[in-house]
Amino acid sequence: MTAARQLAERHRFKWWELLPWAAGIAVFFAFPNYLAFGTQLLIAILFALSLDLVLGYAGIVTLGHAAFFGAGAYTVGMLAQHLGWNEPLSGLVAAALVAGAIGLASGYVLLRTHGLTLLMLTLCTMALLEEAANMGAAFTGGFDGMPGLKFAPLLGLFPFDLLFFRSQYLYALLVLLLCFALVRILVYSPFGQSLTGIRENLLRMHAVGAPVRARLVLAYTISAALAGVAGALFAQTNAFVNLGALGLERAAGVLIILILGGYGRLYGAFVGAIVYLLLEHALAKAYPTAWQIGLGVVLMAVALYARNGILGIGDALRRRLGGQRAP
Amino acid sequence: MSATLLETKGLCKSFGALQVAREISFRLDAGARHALIGPNGAGKTTLVNLLTGLLQPSRGSVHLKGEDVTSLAQAKRVKRGIARTFQINQLFRGLTVLENVCIAVAERLGAGGSMLRPAGRRSDVIAEASRLIEMLKLRDVAGRRIGELPYGRQRLVEIAIALGLDPQVLLLDEPAAGIPSAESHILLDAISTLPGEIAVLIIEHDMDLVFRFADRITVMVNGAIFAQGSPAEIAANREVRAVYLGSALDA
Amino acid sequence: MDQLISILLGGLAAGMVLFIVSVGLSVTMGLMGFVNLAHGGFAMLGGYVIVLTMKHWGLPFLPALGLGFAAVAALAVVLERLFYARLYRASELDQVLFTIGLVFVMIASITLAVGPETQTVVLPDWLRGQTDLGFVKYRSYSLAIIVAGSALVVGLWLGFERTRFGARIRAAVDNRRMAESLGTDVGRLFTLTFAFGSGLAAIGGGLGAEILGLDPQYPLRYLVYFLIVVAVGGLGRVTGVFFAALLIGVLDFVLKIYFPKGGTLFIYALTLVLLLWRPQGLFGRRAS
Repeated sequence: MTAARQLAERHRFKWWELLPWAAGIAVFFAFPNYLAFGTQLLIAILFALSLDLVLGYAGIVTLGHAAFFGAGAYTVGMLAQHLGWNEPLSGLVAAALVAGAIGLASGYVLLRTHGLTLLMLTLCTMALLEEAANMGAAFTGGFDGMPGLKFAPLLGLFPFDLLFFRSQYLYALLVLLLCFALVRILVYSPFGQSLTGIRENLLRMHAVGAPVRARLVLAYTISAALAGVAGALFAQTNAFVNLGALGLERAAGVLIILILGGYGRLYGAFVGAIVYLLLEHALAKAYPTAWQIGLGVVLMAVALYARNGILGIGDALRRRLGGQRAP
Repeated sequence: MSATLLETKGLCKSFGALQVAREISFRLDAGARHALIGPNGAGKTTLVNLLTGLLQPSRGSVHLKGEDVTSLAQAKRVKRGIARTFQINQLFRGLTVLENVCIAVAERLGAGGSMLRPAGRRSDVIAEASRLIEMLKLRDVAGRRIGELPYGRQRLVEIAIALGLDPQVLLLDEPAAGIPSAESHILLDAISTLPGEIAVLIIEHDMDLVFRFADRITVMVNGAIFAQGSPAEIAANREVRAVYLGSALDA
Repeated sequence: MDQLISILLGGLAAGMVLFIVSVGLSVTMGLMGFVNLAHGGFAMLGGYVIVLTMKHWGLPFLPALGLGFAAVAALAVVLERLFYARLYRASELDQVLFTIGLVFVMIASITLAVGPETQTVVLPDWLRGQTDLGFVKYRSYSLAIIVAGSALVVGLWLGFERTRFGARIRAAVDNRRMAESLGTDVGRLFTLTFAFGSGLAAIGGGLGAEILGLDPQYPLRYLVYFLIVVAVGGLGRVTGVFFAALLIGVLDFVLKIYFPKGGTLFIYALTLVLLLWRPQGLFGRRAS
């Protein structure tokens, strides 16, 4: 296959891309008692996917992405609690808009810097939002957050059931599908290519006339909006929001998930979230300290030997076994 | 008298006490085939960096097609028709040759930021990139990642990217360095196919290439222009021989 | 007026602790360009060594500090040779990832070995009580910390500006490749500096156990503060870290008393504004 054909075919659907969604639907029928966990898994995938856009493709290292997750969660929570606006779909849109606006404002200002300064500033922005949420107890419920949020049934027909999470799961699956489709289109577009170019060689991108900062800010904004949608899903499906939606633990968590799965490739978020959350579910509550040590060791090993995560290891194995080059 | 495409007026650049560019007043006309030579450290690459906007001058101005671009950033100058290659390849190492050239062509065609159609469907971009790859005899490696190629072929990709920007002013920083001499004709052939109105400036140490290519030569020493003239004049200039050419021509 | 001076002294003491812990981070980040998010972990480990040897072995205060320094510096040498050295050329992401993993291991190890409770320091007799300065009476311990921190910054400044070793470090911070080509054994320089900086952090962790507290969550709880102090001060600038640490320490202390609600928010906002105005920090040099 010539190089041109290869490039032209890259965005075409491959058959195995249906598998995650088939699996998602299968889980609905096969594990009806685990749909709460499944919903959290879907939300984690979406959050990690949003981070992949800025980190994996554009190369922006941020420890503050939970700022947008939290912004989306609190938007939906505050709308429901204080304005009685509890229709889920419009809540998603509002969350995306608010988180995207914060992303645009902070990205415009922060992306003038890079390296440690940028990392610091992303941390600061998130810490700032966390403090604001803590202080504005009248709006946000402060330290206790907003438990017991009530949401209208989806499309008026499907109520959110906090026992079995049936509607929530399918809702999250659908939202994830739509967002994933969007990210997939972006990644394969010339815009996505230029993000990869910025990550691979910043100087070269300037030297080919690309408006680098504008592209980065745009990617950051879109990513923030998607993270906001993930946060909104979190608040809606769990019917609560608190400071845990913001903060270093959540930001570090999504970073770990993405790296474990493999950043800069669409499905790293899926693999990372599934592996991490399953292991965490099985081990963390039973042996919290051992879990932390094990996680720490795995992270150190990944940083030293397997920086491309699980999918990267899969690629390397495939190359070793003489298969064709990875897509 | 052909149009002046690129001009500098009294361009100066200092890093603290170190002056790397002194009062450089320099002109490139349309159709120019100009070579910039000089000993190492003479400031040739610095001049190109000043021309393209990678460096800001301490004094003086740069004019592109009559417009003062001194305060414009690199990317904006590229959009106004100036392109360069780097002394050390600046490529997208993890991407294929075709993808590398496509990124440059896409930016030139204004498609770089387009989000809706997949890059693979932009047949205009792919066709143009393929044409450049063909011209630089890179077709057999078009699908290979940059990191897998020998340095000489990477150099040709660097040229392809600059050509893909369809510039009116093309600045090549030691383009032949690293290219095996058996293949250096590929480079000259590619340049000869460029439209006549383009101004091309080459920094080179390979005197054979310089005298084959240039119809005008500038010699730089210690950050200043030492001599300018036709190849015959420069070759005959005794001071130039003493300072630089002597060793190169005797070798 | 008395109260104001007391508050100021309290803030200065907190700032000094921040300085003692963070100066090592600033120098190694400036020298090696390495984002070491585990630095707080070294401080914590040192704190535990100091506090526990005093409590269980009856070690006197100053020897305990020395032991904390030595133990953590030794650990730092081992970690640097085995792991950190391999990541100097790696991407920022890899460094962040590695050090997050390392700090997790440190936190969990302490939790396993000692338990999750906050440790209390038993101060030696000669540091307890108050000292009369004439215009105010204040806690002797805090005053001792202020003195120690001041002595440290003077000592470090002299060390950097007046010794050959210090000059080599400054040169390597400014231009590593040039320093290498001039014959500096950069690898050994890195190891020694990293060990020394981590040892200082250990002392800071022990000294500050009273003020900042000491429990397994210490490294993550104060990570942002250490990073703020380093970023605002300017990488590799000892005087910069000093003033930034004092500024943050005093601000935080004062705000906690007068504006308990908005204090931390103000500090984050201030950092944002400062770093946007001067990304290289208050005292840093702008990268060319």
